[in-house]
Order: sequence, then structure tokens, then C-alpha cells
Amino acid sequence: MSNFMSRKDLTLFLGFAAVVLLLPILATPFGAAYPDLLQRFMIFGIFAVGFNILFGLTGYLSFGHAAFFGVGSYAAMWSFKLLSLNAIPAILFAVVMSGLFAVAVGYVSLRRSGIYFSILTLAFAQMSYNLAYSVLTPITNGETGLRMTLSDPRVIDGLFTSASGAPVPSLFGMSLSGWNGFYFTAIFLLATFFLSMRISNSPFGMMLKGIKSNQNRMNYTGFNTRPYTLTAFIISGMLAGLAGSLLVVTDPLAGAERMQWTASGEVVLMTILGGVGTLVGPVIGAWLIKYFENIFSSFNDNVLNNFYSFLPDGLREVVVAVSGKFVGEGWHLSLGLLFVLIVVFLPGGIMEGVRRIGARFGHMRKGSKSSARVGATAAVG
Amino acid sequence: MQTNKNVVLHVADVHKHFGGLHALSDIDLQVKEGETHAIIGPNGAGKSTLLNVIIGRLAPSSGAVVFDGNVLTGRKPHEINQLGVARVFQTPEIFADLSVIQNVMTPAFAKRDGAFKINMFSAVENERAIREEAEHMLEDVGLIDRRETHAGALSRGDKRRLELAMCLIQKPRLLLLDEPTAGMSRHDTNTTIELLKKIKSRGMTKVIIEHDMHVVFSLADKITVLAGGRIIAEGAPDEVRGDQRVQEAYLGGAH
Repeated sequence: MSNFMSRKDLTLFLGFAAVVLLLPILATPFGAAYPDLLQRFMIFGIFAVGFNILFGLTGYLSFGHAAFFGVGSYAAMWSFKLLSLNAIPAILFAVVMSGLFAVAVGYVSLRRSGIYFSILTLAFAQMSYNLAYSVLTPITNGETGLRMTLSDPRVIDGLFTSASGAPVPSLFGMSLSGWNGFYFTAIFLLATFFLSMRISNSPFGMMLKGIKSNQNRMNYTGFNTRPYTLTAFIISGMLAGLAGSLLVVTDPLAGAERMQWTASGEVVLMTILGGVGTLVGPVIGAWLIKYFENIFSSFNDNVLNNFYSFLPDGLREVVVAVSGKFVGEGWHLSLGLLFVLIVVFLPGGIMEGVRRIGARFGHMRKGSKSSARVGATAAVG
Repeated sequence: MQTNKNVVLHVADVHKHFGGLHALSDIDLQVKEGETHAIIGPNGAGKSTLLNVIIGRLAPSSGAVVFDGNVLTGRKPHEINQLGVARVFQTPEIFADLSVIQNVMTPAFAKRDGAFKINMFSAVENERAIREEAEHMLEDVGLIDRRETHAGALSRGDKRRLELAMCLIQKPRLLLLDEPTAGMSRHDTNTTIELLKKIKSRGMTKVIIEHDMHVVFSLADKITVLAGGRIIAEGAPDEVRGDQRVQEAYLGGAH
């Protein structure tokens, strides 16, 4: 193990795994400990970690990753309809299909970099969205969305059992609803996080960082950068497809709106909010945004009145009226303000804040010794 | 005329024109193994155009560039590097976001693994051989104490040392230097010259484009003088210094 993973990495992974698996307990004080929401935490965590491999490590900002998410959703649904209600073939099929789609989109888009790359990916995603909405209705069922029916063929399942009851995804007969669904998706988040750690610490990851830092130097150093960027693009596209398929496993409906540009923008926000290029940051960003979307949006004046019940009546009404604009329907306002504050004061995202606090504590512990060293280095530099 | 046996780089009868402007005419240049060959000339003489033709960034209008039996014209930068040509830029091109040691390890990976390899299942920290090699290289250029520093925080002179280390770790057969002391203080210029002299003793072939005479005369074995896109003189430093045409065209009677 030591040859494969350093002690520091192992500690990080075990710590992350502990937080994820204990989330049903840890999220209770925040009112977020219910399976539907925690499943989304896992699924969008996967989406953001995969996106970060392209954006954070390689420096290519895709504005169309929701397309791969959507392709994963549709592919998984078709596997449920045609093959089996088992989640494993559905996920495999989704990852393969989104990977193939990423090969095509990446091959063309990666001919450009910077803003032109972003625009190309946005164009592909919007094309996919509009196709799913209109022309491809036989495959996507248009605006109604694709769902399972009793009359679906499900050829593999048909070999073993006769269909009975409403079709729901399962894992070899085990139900995947509720907490089962949470732990099922949590395993995939842990696997994705592990992969992202491996890539980030490998020579391959160092090449991706080199491309982000100075692509010209990479070329004159003897690297053919195109296959590197394409590989990163395909990996992140496949992870987006994995996330899309898991969403269908836990909530069996695939709709075109998942491919819309707002969904692509959301994963960009998640990554920036948590910390671009960090390992844990994208997951935190994803959780924060999903928390705002699901919890903040459900606060109404009654909740606020209870929360501020310690205030005198007149003052309470004013406070409730003002803070009411930031919750419920107005949750986007809170999220937007938070985003602005973080980008202005912590350009490295929440993880930069964590690092600064950690550095301050480390500084206090080491005391004057380290500050003397910092002064000496500054004088030499 | 020497035999072609020890000629590493041959710029064969190269012409380059941009529309009606003849940037390079009748350039024929041979660089021999182990030699430090300087290309000098006044501004607009065609030095940078020639370097860009050699490195494959510009295609010559006619003629060819042959390195070690391979035609370089039309090849991509990474292919030229993999053949054994490394390049130092006028403004140091480094990986500003990576640490100093990672900057030097990266080219070592290119040398060992080639232009593309998906090596995502090993860890950088377990690549001991490459790390040790990089540390030796940093000792050589005097940056070993800064190995964990972010490269972007280095001074201009240190960035140049780092870029040289990044090129040298690949043990290139030919090193191209484009005005390696441009924009440097006198102190940084002198330390860079010292470093280049140190490298010179190892017998690496170098082509250096330079306008600073101090640099050229302290390093070069052979000097080619360009003016108006043509070679007007070629020879050992002392011969070139005494050449009447060079004095007129370039040194302007200052000597």
C-alpha cells in the first residue's frame, strides 16, 4: 500500500470516506439528513469531481458538461427499458455512451483553447439539448421525459422472472430506494474521489497541470498535448455520464432539461465555489449548492418566525420580511451573494479559506521560529 | 570544407520571404558536434526568423533544415524535441504554477516516456530515479535550495536557470538559445554566462542568437553574422571581430 499511496493521501481518503458514510448523522443538525437529498449530494459530487479533472487540472473550461450528464441519464433509462432493471448494466451502458459522445465532442472542441473551447462545448451542449427536446423525441420522449412502463421488453429480466408490479431499478433484486440508494451512490462517489486523487498525484496528472500552466512549453518539452487533453476530457465526460445514470437509478425519469446550459453552468459554479483544482473543493461546492437549492428554498415565513421567535414582535416582523427575500423563492439571491463574496475574497474557493485558517493555526503553533524563516526567505528573494 | 560526418545541424540553402520582403536569402549554415555557434546581427537582420525556421515554427520558402539526418521542416514542436532539440526562449517559458522540482521533472518524463503516455496509476513521489536526476540538475544550476518554491515566484535570472535546467535534463543533442540574457541585469547576465560556460565544457552543441557582444565573444566557437537576411561573415570570434564588412554593417566602427 505504501508504494501505491502515501500516508497523507491515505489519511485524506479515509477522512473523506468517513465524512461521506457518516453523512446521515452529520447532516442531521442542518436538516439535510434525508436520503433523496444525500443521494443528490453524492451524484453531483461525482459530476463536480469529474468536471474538475478537465477544468481544475487541465485548465479547459467546458460549458457543456450537462450534455454528458444527460446522455448518461437517457442511456441508463434505455438499459432499464430494454435490458434489465438491474442498475449495473445501466451504469456501464451510460458510462460507455457518454464516453463515446465525449470522444466526438472533445475531438472537435479541443482544437481550440480558452474562450473558443468554452463556446464550442456550449454549442454542442445546446445542440444536444434542442435535439433531445425536439428531433430525437422517439429516443428521448421530448418534453415529457423518458420513463419506464410495464410494457417495456427488458429482455434479460424476461429470461429469469416474469414482470410483476411497477418497475423500479434494483441491484440484483435489492431495492435501491431510500438509504440503500444513498449508500449505493456513496460508493461511486468514493471510487470517483479515489480516481481523482490517483490522477492528480500521477505523472499523467502532472502533465495535465503542465498543460494548464504553459502549453507552449509542454510542446517544446516533447509532449504531444492533444491526446492528454482529450483523455482528460473523456474521463470527465464519462464521470458526468456516471452521475447522470445514478440520478436515473434513484429517480427514474430522464428529461431534456438536464442538458440545458444552466445545468452546465451549475457544475462550473460548484467547482469554483469549492476550489478549482483541489480534490475536496468540488465536492463541497456541489453539496453547498444542492443544500441551498433544497433546504434554503423550502424556508418560508413560518420557519423564519420560529427561528427569530426570541425577538420582540415589531422587530421580528421586519427581520422576517427582510430575510424572507433571501430564502424560499429567493434562495438564488443568497447563493449569488455567497458566490460573489467567495470569488472576491477567496478566489481559490472554500478550500483556500480552509488552507488560510490551517496556515494561521500552524503559524500559531510554530510561533516565532517559522516567521523568522519567512522573513529570511523574503530577504533572500 | 569538412566532411558532413560531424555536422549536427545543416541549414541548407534556405530562403524565406514574406510577400515581397526577403527576410532570409541563401542561408547555408553548418553546425558541428560540440560547437557553440552564435548567430549575430543588427535588429532586423533575420536572426529570429532563422531560429523560427530551424525550430519548425516557420516553413522556409525554399531549402530545408536537416538535423542529424532528419528534415525538421514541417514537424511539430514535440516531434523536434523528441529528436533531441531543446529550446530556451527569449522570455523564460516555465511552468509558473508548478514547483521548481516539478518543472525539472516534467521534461525528464518526456525524455523517458515519450510524447504521450497514460501513466495515471503510479505516483509522482514514487518516481525516485527521476526526482534524483532532477535534484542533481538543480544542484548544477544552483537552484536546489528553492526546489519546493513555486516557479512563478523566482527572479528573472533564476527563471532562466530553471529553464536551462529543464532543457539540460533531457540531454539534448542540440540546444537552441534565443537571446538568453535579454532583459537581464548585468549581474544576472554574468551568472548566466558562467552557467553556459559550465555547460559548454560538457560538449553539448549549441546555437545561440544574441545581440550582446560580451555574451557572444565569451561563449562562441564560431560566429555567423547576418545582415539584411544574408550571411555576411562567418568564422572564429577573432576573425569576425577583424572583418571589415562586419565592422561596417554591424559593429559600426565602435571597435
